[in-house]
Amino acid sequence: MASMLLNSMRTCPVIFEFSDVSVQTKSKKTLARPSVKNIVLVEGVRTPFLMSGTTYVSSFHWGLLHKTGIPKDAVDYIIYGTVIQEVKTSNVAREAALGAGFSDKIPAHTVTMACISSNQAMTSAVGMIAAGQCDAVVAGGVEFMSDVPIRHSRKMRKTMLSLNKAKTLGQRLGLIGSIRLAHLAPELPAVAEFSTAETMGHSADRLAAAFGVSRVEQDEFALRSHTLAKKAQDAGLLKDVISFKVPGRDIVSKDNGIRPSSMEQMAKLKPAFIKPHGTVTAANSSFLTDGASAVLIMSEEKALAMGYKPKAYLRDFVYVSQDPKDQLLLGPTYSTPKVLERAGLTMDDIDVFEFHEAFAGQIMANLKAMDSDWFAQTYMGRKSKVGTPPTEKFNLWGGSLSLGHPFGATGCRLVTTVAHRLQKEGGQYGLVAACAAGGQGHAMVIEAYPQ
Amino acid sequence: MSDFFFFFFYCSSHQARTHVSYELKDDVAVIRLNDPTSKVNTLSVQMQSELSEVMGEIWSNGAVKSAVLISSKPGCFIAGADINMIQACKTSEEVTHLSQEGQKMFEKIEKSPIPVVAAINGSCLGGGLEVGLPGAFDMMLTGRNIRADKAKKMGLVHQLVDPLGPGLKPAEERTIEYLEEVAVGLAKGIANKKVALTKEKGLMQKLQDTVMGLGPVKQKIYKTVSEKVQKQTKGLYPAPVKIIECIKTGVEQGREAGYLAEAENFGKLAVTPESKALIGLYQGQVICKKNRFGTPEKEVKKLAILGAGLMGAGIAQVSIDKGLNTILKDTAVEGISRGEDQVYKGLNTKVKKKALTSFERDAILSNLSAQIDYTGFDSADMVIEAVFEDINIKHKVLKEIEAIIPPHCIFASNTSALPIKDIAAASKRPEKVIGMHYFSPVDKMQLLEIITTDKTSKDTLASAVSVGLKQGKIIIVVGDGPGFYTTRCLAPMLAEAVRVLQEGTGPKKLDTLTTSFGFPVGAATLADEVGIDVAAHVAEDLGKAFGSRFGGGNVEVLKTMVENGFKGRKSGKGCFIYGKGKKEKSVNSDAEEILQKYKLSAPPSVSSDSDIQHRLVSRFVNEAVLCLQEGILTNPVEGDIGAVFGLGFPPCLGGPFRFVDSFGAEKLVSMMRRFEDVYGNQFTPCQLLLDHAKDPSKKFHK
Repeated sequence: MASMLLNSMRTCPVIFEFSDVSVQTKSKKTLARPSVKNIVLVEGVRTPFLMSGTTYVSSFHWGLLHKTGIPKDAVDYIIYGTVIQEVKTSNVAREAALGAGFSDKIPAHTVTMACISSNQAMTSAVGMIAAGQCDAVVAGGVEFMSDVPIRHSRKMRKTMLSLNKAKTLGQRLGLIGSIRLAHLAPELPAVAEFSTAETMGHSADRLAAAFGVSRVEQDEFALRSHTLAKKAQDAGLLKDVISFKVPGRDIVSKDNGIRPSSMEQMAKLKPAFIKPHGTVTAANSSFLTDGASAVLIMSEEKALAMGYKPKAYLRDFVYVSQDPKDQLLLGPTYSTPKVLERAGLTMDDIDVFEFHEAFAGQIMANLKAMDSDWFAQTYMGRKSKVGTPPTEKFNLWGGSLSLGHPFGATGCRLVTTVAHRLQKEGGQYGLVAACAAGGQGHAMVIEAYPQ
Repeated sequence: MSDFFFFFFYCSSHQARTHVSYELKDDVAVIRLNDPTSKVNTLSVQMQSELSEVMGEIWSNGAVKSAVLISSKPGCFIAGADINMIQACKTSEEVTHLSQEGQKMFEKIEKSPIPVVAAINGSCLGGGLEVGLPGAFDMMLTGRNIRADKAKKMGLVHQLVDPLGPGLKPAEERTIEYLEEVAVGLAKGIANKKVALTKEKGLMQKLQDTVMGLGPVKQKIYKTVSEKVQKQTKGLYPAPVKIIECIKTGVEQGREAGYLAEAENFGKLAVTPESKALIGLYQGQVICKKNRFGTPEKEVKKLAILGAGLMGAGIAQVSIDKGLNTILKDTAVEGISRGEDQVYKGLNTKVKKKALTSFERDAILSNLSAQIDYTGFDSADMVIEAVFEDINIKHKVLKEIEAIIPPHCIFASNTSALPIKDIAAASKRPEKVIGMHYFSPVDKMQLLEIITTDKTSKDTLASAVSVGLKQGKIIIVVGDGPGFYTTRCLAPMLAEAVRVLQEGTGPKKLDTLTTSFGFPVGAATLADEVGIDVAAHVAEDLGKAFGSRFGGGNVEVLKTMVENGFKGRKSGKGCFIYGKGKKEKSVNSDAEEILQKYKLSAPPSVSSDSDIQHRLVSRFVNEAVLCLQEGILTNPVEGDIGAVFGLGFPPCLGGPFRFVDSFGAEKLVSMMRRFEDVYGNQFTPCQLLLDHAKDPSKKFHK
């Protein structure tokens, strides 16, 4: 799947046209700085995000080769983010690049940083361009929850490895004889913190409780996400989605997790993690998703020289980290004020907000934390709160709750969505923020490219 | 609205209530326990009467459909009965009455017409006849703490609520609030029958219940438990036996009889000397867990330990585990490798017992830096030396260290017998030198004996106490002198033990005699644990310092054992033979041969089992009293705590000083005079003991 995206990246039109730009860009100062290279987002695409198990997409490496818009050697480097790695393709970026017909002379590496893996891929690309080492980098992310590697149990692995080394038949038989039925039980990868052994949903439920987020608030937010996603999908706003053909099946061209329901329906669900009194349910959480995303990032000079019309500038970004137990999912709270400070902006300057929605409860908790002077002073060492994003600017085309959340691929979706929304809504600045396992977080300021 | 006014009216008319309050949340009465005079809630008379009063009001209010019982104190529901309340009782009848009042209240709550949800955050007294028979035994007898998840499995609690992290309020505050919200929701659910409390019993449970209900099976359980109790307590602690009695009565003759037996027995137990001894220890321990010496000028954040042996590594383990950055230095790579292994194993045992996660273990280990050079000592706040017990080596180390450490750094010596002023003689800054005497194994033994010289500064002492408390220790502060307090008490007893062995009592018999007196570890085993070489060393040193009073057994016995490699547990052989996988330790016949060589004849007039026990104990006790007389000890409380927590003096006797009080100084003195006639000045009672013997109104404890 990843290679398919890279294909489309190579075949992307030189000038991306927007038919329905209705609002003019407000005239605010630009964030360009004399000493810093302008780095632009040229294009962003993604596969439809599919609920895990709905379509089998793992053997997705067909060699569909199109005439390319980009010369084979114009891309200097490829970086991919992924969370759950296949043992056979631990450097999935390289395999995807080769499978997509990129020149085998383009190096590629894979990064991992939980749910902000593709953010890390993008900022790594930004770093390479800023350092003057590259001019054009493809960054992306991919996740196949339908085909995660399932390991043998530790005891079984140990026996199997010893078997390799066993020299005599007696030794082998002895080892085989030591296998017990229990050893055959497989080990599934868990969405749990290594340091605390707590699953993310459990932590999200505790976080929601800590900030007094009610079940109703969570369900309402989830419903909003699905409703807005449906609207955006129907209006054809999700232009970053490209169709692809699953061998032997139909062409897939839409995210399939969008399912606006009703508050009554959602209220019927039982809590998924903390039973029986928890508030996080399957309906107000993001679901396991398959999908891939990619962006083409270039120095402004290079993009213009090659005749591209960039979509946006990628400006300041930060990574933050905090207590993985009780503040696991508060990344946006910590990263937002920090990145705004770096960029010299305030919340009021931001026109477009795209936050990663891991859980409705997590988003609500973050919004409450951002609105609390006490929290800012007690835990963040800040003088005052940063404030909350206005609803009318926040995740207007749906979010991870409704579109889906392929861990490694969400970051590129957020950035591309901000770029598209800035163009559509005529804003100047956009803010991306996300939380990630390990108690980490990320935020990035994006500036519209003058149209 | 009427509910609200009703509630308001009640509130204003009961201004006098201070421990229990309640408020209505819809039709749920939330009852809050909060003892304003203490950090924990206890079942004091006040608490009980106010709770009864509040329950009465709630039951008479038709608008209340359910109730939630919750504590306003973070981390404590009800810590237990009020010890002061029990102590204040003069007779067993008074205690029985108190107990019955408590029972009545619990019974009333149990039979409440409306559902009552107890929302428990933190420590809570457990128990109840309803719990499954074996489970109840286990918990009630050992007083073991039960983690919340285990309690749910055992059926003690119905639902678990996770503690929360910080939100818009401090975590502790919000957690209590959340617990209350969940409890109120549950109470409503139970009241309107949406939540069922009883689960259909599974086949296994039914089967188990049937089997447990059979007469012979029950008898067998009582018997097994009684035997186990007898074996563990040696009949020295009356409470566990009475508990079994109560349960038996409750199960066999019904609840009423069970409750009555419980109240009566509780009353009887409360006035036993064992109860007084244990309460004394509890109170002493509370005192010894406070820093009476003020806040140190500079907090110790970086600790360096010299010597990665058993003691050094043990001290390292209890330090890193509390977040202290710790350097563990030894002279050889083999030494630190062994030391690091010991620390790892110590922590890993906690992982196996699920007290730590493997991740926490690794994070704790990251506080440890094991090394063979002095890197980092220039920024250490405190150095604790645990090198070989030789004054010349200690001096050499002290001089080396003082050349590197910063001026504020404290030098503490973990010596068990060398006077601190002798060690400090080599120091350029004796005000920074102090003794910190740990007990082996450091991660299990709770005591820390801190020794000051007349030159040790107040701030150095405050710092040492603060580090010790951080390490989780119970601390006694004593004066300087050979053997300080603990070693000085132990040495004469061990000298007597060697004599007893020489007189033909075997190591096994010696162990039995001491454990049946209440010592948790037998004297022969204790010598092996301490190390025969250490015992020989101490015996010789203190023998020189104190003369013939410290005689008794022949030091040559110990020396010969050491020469033969019988250094105790650490060398695999001592009085006993130790080996992996051996459950029953066997007597070291080679050691017995040595004893044979130094055989003495046992004078029949002082060699009965009881005489042997009292010979051992009286020398211990006399030396303890002498330490108080000489001012090594500042008070009898620390003397008792040090003896029980550091040396295993029988807890049921409450320590040497309480023992003198309860046994009677006069009786002890006359007994010692009898031993004195045979053995001489080793049994001469000290002046303070004589004073107490002369005037029976004199007591060490009020």
